[in-house]
Amino acid sequence: MYRKTVAELASALATKAVSSTELTQLYLDRISAHQELNAFITVDADNALAAAKVADTRLAKGDAGALTGVPMAHKDIFCTDGVLTTCGSRMLSEFVSPYNATVVEKLHDAGMVMLGKTNMDEFAMGSSNETSFFGPVKNPWDTTLVPGGSSGGSAAAVAARLTPMATGTDTGGSIRQPAALCGITGLKPSYGRVSRFGMIAFASSLDQAGPMTQTAEDAALLLNAMAGFDSRDSTSAQEEVPDFSSQLGHDIKGLKIGLPKEFFGEGLSADVDKAIQAALDEYKKLGAEVVEVSLPNSSLAIPCYYVLAPAEASSNLSRYDGVRYGYRASEYTDLVEMYERTRAEGFGAEVKRRIMIGTYALSAGYYDAYYLKAQQLRRLIAEDFKRAFEQCDVIMGPTAPSTAFALGDKSEDPVAMYLNDIYTISVNLAGLPGMSVPAGFDGNGRPIGLQLIGQYFDEARLLQLAHQYQQVTDWHQQLPEEVA
Amino acid sequence: MIICPTFTEAVRSNAMSISVDEVKKIAHLARLGLDEQEAQGYADSLSQILGLIEQMNAVDTTGVSPMAHPLDMHLRLREDAPTESDQREKFQKVAPSTEAGLYLVPRVIE
Amino acid sequence: MEWETVIGLEVHAQLQTTSKIFSGAATRYGSEPNTQACAVDLALPGVLPVMNREAARMAVKFGLAIGARINQRSVFARKNYFYPDLPKGYQISQFELPVVGLGQLTIEVNGEEKVIGITRAHLEEDAGKSLHEDFHGMSGIDLNRAGTPLLEIVSEPDMRSPEEAVAYLKKLHELVRYLEICDGNMQEGSFRCDANVSVRPKGQKEFGTRAELKNINSFRFVEKAINYEIERQIDVIEGGGKVVQETRLYDSAKDVTRSMRSKEEANDYRYFPDPDLPPLVLDDAFVEETRATLPELPDAKRERFQKEYELSHYDAGVLTATREMADFFESVVKHAGGGAKVAANWVMGDFSAFLNKDGVEIANAPINAEMLAGLIKRLQDNTISGKIAKEVFEAMWAGEGDADTVIEKRGLKQITDSGAIETVIDQILADNPDQVQQYRDGKEKVFGFFVGQAMKATQGKANPAQLNELLKEKLKG
Repeated sequence: MYRKTVAELASALATKAVSSTELTQLYLDRISAHQELNAFITVDADNALAAAKVADTRLAKGDAGALTGVPMAHKDIFCTDGVLTTCGSRMLSEFVSPYNATVVEKLHDAGMVMLGKTNMDEFAMGSSNETSFFGPVKNPWDTTLVPGGSSGGSAAAVAARLTPMATGTDTGGSIRQPAALCGITGLKPSYGRVSRFGMIAFASSLDQAGPMTQTAEDAALLLNAMAGFDSRDSTSAQEEVPDFSSQLGHDIKGLKIGLPKEFFGEGLSADVDKAIQAALDEYKKLGAEVVEVSLPNSSLAIPCYYVLAPAEASSNLSRYDGVRYGYRASEYTDLVEMYERTRAEGFGAEVKRRIMIGTYALSAGYYDAYYLKAQQLRRLIAEDFKRAFEQCDVIMGPTAPSTAFALGDKSEDPVAMYLNDIYTISVNLAGLPGMSVPAGFDGNGRPIGLQLIGQYFDEARLLQLAHQYQQVTDWHQQLPEEVA
Repeated sequence: MIICPTFTEAVRSNAMSISVDEVKKIAHLARLGLDEQEAQGYADSLSQILGLIEQMNAVDTTGVSPMAHPLDMHLRLREDAPTESDQREKFQKVAPSTEAGLYLVPRVIE
Repeated sequence: MEWETVIGLEVHAQLQTTSKIFSGAATRYGSEPNTQACAVDLALPGVLPVMNREAARMAVKFGLAIGARINQRSVFARKNYFYPDLPKGYQISQFELPVVGLGQLTIEVNGEEKVIGITRAHLEEDAGKSLHEDFHGMSGIDLNRAGTPLLEIVSEPDMRSPEEAVAYLKKLHELVRYLEICDGNMQEGSFRCDANVSVRPKGQKEFGTRAELKNINSFRFVEKAINYEIERQIDVIEGGGKVVQETRLYDSAKDVTRSMRSKEEANDYRYFPDPDLPPLVLDDAFVEETRATLPELPDAKRERFQKEYELSHYDAGVLTATREMADFFESVVKHAGGGAKVAANWVMGDFSAFLNKDGVEIANAPINAEMLAGLIKRLQDNTISGKIAKEVFEAMWAGEGDADTVIEKRGLKQITDSGAIETVIDQILADNPDQVQQYRDGKEKVFGFFVGQAMKATQGKANPAQLNELLKEKLKG
């Protein structure tokens, strides 16, 4: 049963083949059997079983929705009323949120059962899940490897089938990169598609929430429930939300896939390159056409991002001052010391590093050279995509330059770590939807992700392309031996 | 495209340097307490990162309008009506220190 | 050496919206601490700001009233600094692109008009309050005020004396209340003023180094604080020292300004566009709709009052000092069907005096415009005399009903029957033969004595004009 997708579980629930309570218990058991993965920060068994009971009543009465009774997990970046919400930080290690994020509300209203909150890089800053205050998450394919980040707990939990799906957030690749490294399907919608209200901010103009699932079909189902205009978020798009599932079965004959030549140069591991080429061959067999495109400024995405994201973060994280909630240092002599100690003790090294970069980039005398310059580059990067999309319907390439690396490998080397997001970051800068789907394994049996990038609000097209690919491949169905 | 490890090497060779004093100044602006050793460590890693950031200078952006938001949207305005009710008790449950409905902090000196 | 003072004012006017600028919490003053601080105001993790339309409308209204350019695209920026009354660690404000651009205000000092430039006006959120009463050596933070909309109105350094500064401030105060965008309550902090003050040798072009004076929350303190600061700066310079650019706090108890040492660190606010708030774009329709709601402004109203009601410049100024006063006056005239000068005297005189005495607002006064008009009508049709009118007014204020009711009930109707007045006169003349003789001998001052006696005999009800005439006749003999 645990191998089933959300779609399959939903139909099993509908046909009464299984109850939500049984399913919930099954996943709770799996979570406790695989604690070594450290995928969860909080497991909320009591509330989950209570919610399952409510779902079973609804199912029995016949007033259930498409997702009623299906268990799920939230990345611990989403505020959950009455449940610990830590954002992977000591700063919020005891913070019980007094309200729900819009995404939490929506999935709750859809009848889903929350099993718990997944581990993540502190304040979503990291690409390996090693910056979490609650310790690193292990990759289910090989527990000596990182799962990627920052939504590493969600990715590992779905890969190990500790939950049929989980939510994630993506600021520079934090859904797609861990999805690739853990061999699951991850979708980062267009900026503005899913409400950011109640999602703890890292970099407000880049953050976007999305589903992390086994299949594209599930991602479509979940996006149907998560997306939509929210009056509480001023950056929420007043864009019509289609039924993302309706286009899945359409064939892709004649669709043009753009390959940015810049994504296939030096630095891309040979195994990943090979897997991507093989995936493209599948697409050609399905009737798609492949054209070369160019994103000339994409090499500047990382420098640009490491100005903009830390700048926004430095300001977003100023609210953690030990006054109204969260950690407060125990010893201080005056107000300034209270602030400085609280923040020195409450934040980890990477978060502090980024706060300092951001503070520096915004400070007097540097603003134009760093912040303004980065915003101009952001425009150039977005325009590159605009031009590329004049020649193709979707852009494809690798999600990450290599497969999962060993825990500790890059944790002392921030710059090496940042380069992991080289293919994903430009998508956030432009605000486009992006997706990662399993596309094979390297010589060591580590998963490889294929990245799909779409036009603004064209998630349905991405899901269709991913679904069609998953009809002719079975990479997404493979499970790590350890957890099978 | 320039990618690791060559890229990383290139970045490191012409790394911008940021001094320990500058680190302390920034840390204070950001209200992050640092000891001497930490300040040195951050001076090193921030210098490396600034080296990476300096790559931006490779492109001439004269006349390019800065992009602050990914979507070209305008601010939506809401009607002026109070919609929130008092939740002080709930909100202050998570507060480190309160008294008489107030948040307590070390004395604010003016 | 002769010194010249240069003053620029920054005024923070709290906009009188019912909810906050970026949250749905109420803005009522004086509630229990932190009961009007919602999740957004507290900057809980994950919350986001959503802009109040009314705040934007009020800013535009102000901009139109000072003839300013309305920036139809303006940007909210974050001003970053740490302070316990600033929950997010940044204030949402406007920096490079404010909603209101350059405008102006005309002031009058010693009968001379002067135009003061207004550099800009921008929208921002207010901070909370730190209470310094002793909580075991700690301060208490109340965030009820956090997020209240403010319009920060920045003048050009165009003022050259404390009197000009006060005149400007009063004019601005009058304007925001006219526009009904700010209640102007300085005690409650709804209208706050900071002053940038510097001095320079007369004739010098460059500005001197300025000090920013904070906490001057009454018109009187503005004048006193600036006066103190001017003297202090001149003393510093003449003593061979240099004025330091700094923030100084005005201490009204001691009438001094003192340096705010805690703000000594050069602030680096790291302004940048708020990524949570796309640009504020106001289309022509919004601006025009707002323009249509503009009331007649004080200057225009004053001019019209002078023309239409033939009032003096001074009287028109007093009557248009507040919109309520002006509306009340016009309503009285309308109901009385004329008599503007009499109405003006009553409104500025007894009516204002009674308002002050009882500390009530026009809206809550026991005499409304129709009632005062009723009184004026009876004065004009000679039913009562001016003296009796005061008695009627007092009775009306005390709640005895409208003018006719009081006149009727108290029997105050003026005696206009010449026969009755003659009878009274005859009696008085008969009772006072000596005085009659004195008058007839040329001592005309005695005339007043007879008037007094007649009024006394009629309890003041005799028509004064008639009485005078008849008395003169009878005394001729």
